[in-house]
Amino acid sequence: MKHPDDRPVDERDLHAYVDGELDASRRLQVEAWLAGHPGDAARVHDYRHIRERLHRRFDPVLAESPPESVAAPGARPGVPARRAAVAALMLVSAALGWWSRGPAEAPVQADLVQPAAFAHRVYSTDLRRPVEIPAGERVSLDRWISQRMHTELQAPDLSRQGLRLIGGRLLPSTDRMAAQFMYEDGDGQRVTVYVRRIAGGDGSREFHYREQGDLHVLYWLDGGMGYAIIGSRPVAGLLDVAGAVRARLTATEHAP
Amino acid sequence: MGRRDALIVQHIPRLRRYARALLRDPDRAEDLVQETLARALDRFHFWHRGSDLRAWLFTLMHNQFVNDCRREGRRPVTFSLDGGPDPAAEADAASGAGLRDIGAALMRLPVEQRAVLLLVSLEGLSYRETARVLGIPPGTVMSRLHRARERLRHWLGETRDDGVQRLRSVK
Repeated sequence: MKHPDDRPVDERDLHAYVDGELDASRRLQVEAWLAGHPGDAARVHDYRHIRERLHRRFDPVLAESPPESVAAPGARPGVPARRAAVAALMLVSAALGWWSRGPAEAPVQADLVQPAAFAHRVYSTDLRRPVEIPAGERVSLDRWISQRMHTELQAPDLSRQGLRLIGGRLLPSTDRMAAQFMYEDGDGQRVTVYVRRIAGGDGSREFHYREQGDLHVLYWLDGGMGYAIIGSRPVAGLLDVAGAVRARLTATEHAP
Repeated sequence: MGRRDALIVQHIPRLRRYARALLRDPDRAEDLVQETLARALDRFHFWHRGSDLRAWLFTLMHNQFVNDCRREGRRPVTFSLDGGPDPAAEADAASGAGLRDIGAALMRLPVEQRAVLLLVSLEGLSYRETARVLGIPPGTVMSRLHRARERLRHWLGETRDDGVQRLRSVK
């Protein structure tokens, strides 16, 4: 009696062979067949070659950061909360990609992300003196920080994001001064905004994401400055805050 | 990051790769990815825990893609025959780009053949998974795969591994 596997090799077998869909015994039969049929062997070779070329052509996409569209989740149509949630996923995905790409952004990491997260950790948990100048002295807070930072800087109003300004402080950062503004939401959770001048900070204003322990850091670069939003709330919520901060700070800078 | 987000995030790079190969236009590809993610977040409770999340995400992406094509008034993908190539790609082909660039050659394939080839050859899905993702019988996966590969083989036949076009006796 003829075993079903003894049927001659046909084109379906060639594809299945290339795609690893055959069991061991059929695979051996196909290999034996190919040894005696150079035409089919050439086909198998070409099918594999197509696969290699597809990978060479499109694998670089795996390492790319999601582009511009992430920069403005609010600008896209649809339910804003859902848009923000999707944008947050894209950012996190881009951050994961970054680690595998190596330390190309090392200065930003060392000068902005890490000190911003550290300052958040130190002061947001300080019950007695979380800020140097409280929100009640808003005018002098803004004036003092602007003077010491050598740029016009005002604590952004984030009340629409459900955040109340507590105040701010100046901090020594790696080789520059940095400003930290602290906010609190209705549950007493704190979010800080960290700003400093940064080398090569003429970024594209796109948002980037990093995880620092249990803290989420969203940052962007603009006009020689680095901006970071730090908190432990979900990334989508922080993204909403980051969008507001970027809009406010840009509006101040370019105000006549 | 929640468990749901953590699970989904790890598949984003591959969804992007597939969308880019399927659509070629990076903006449209990015839109498709983001629409797919939005759907995935909305419908995550429909996903059967323990089943293959990647295949589920590709299914969502395929359905979204079909809807997009309908809305844009293009041929409904699922009803078209395995016939002529994408007209947009014909221009590329006429310029000879299709013979050198695998991306351009892909665009000459009817979209339903392209999808099968990419899911199998680029994303490494099994024939069964591919059939489920696209909602077609396994036999159809086979026949589309065969046509796609034979066409590419024919078009790319002029090009060698090193990307240098073989000399044809045209002089």
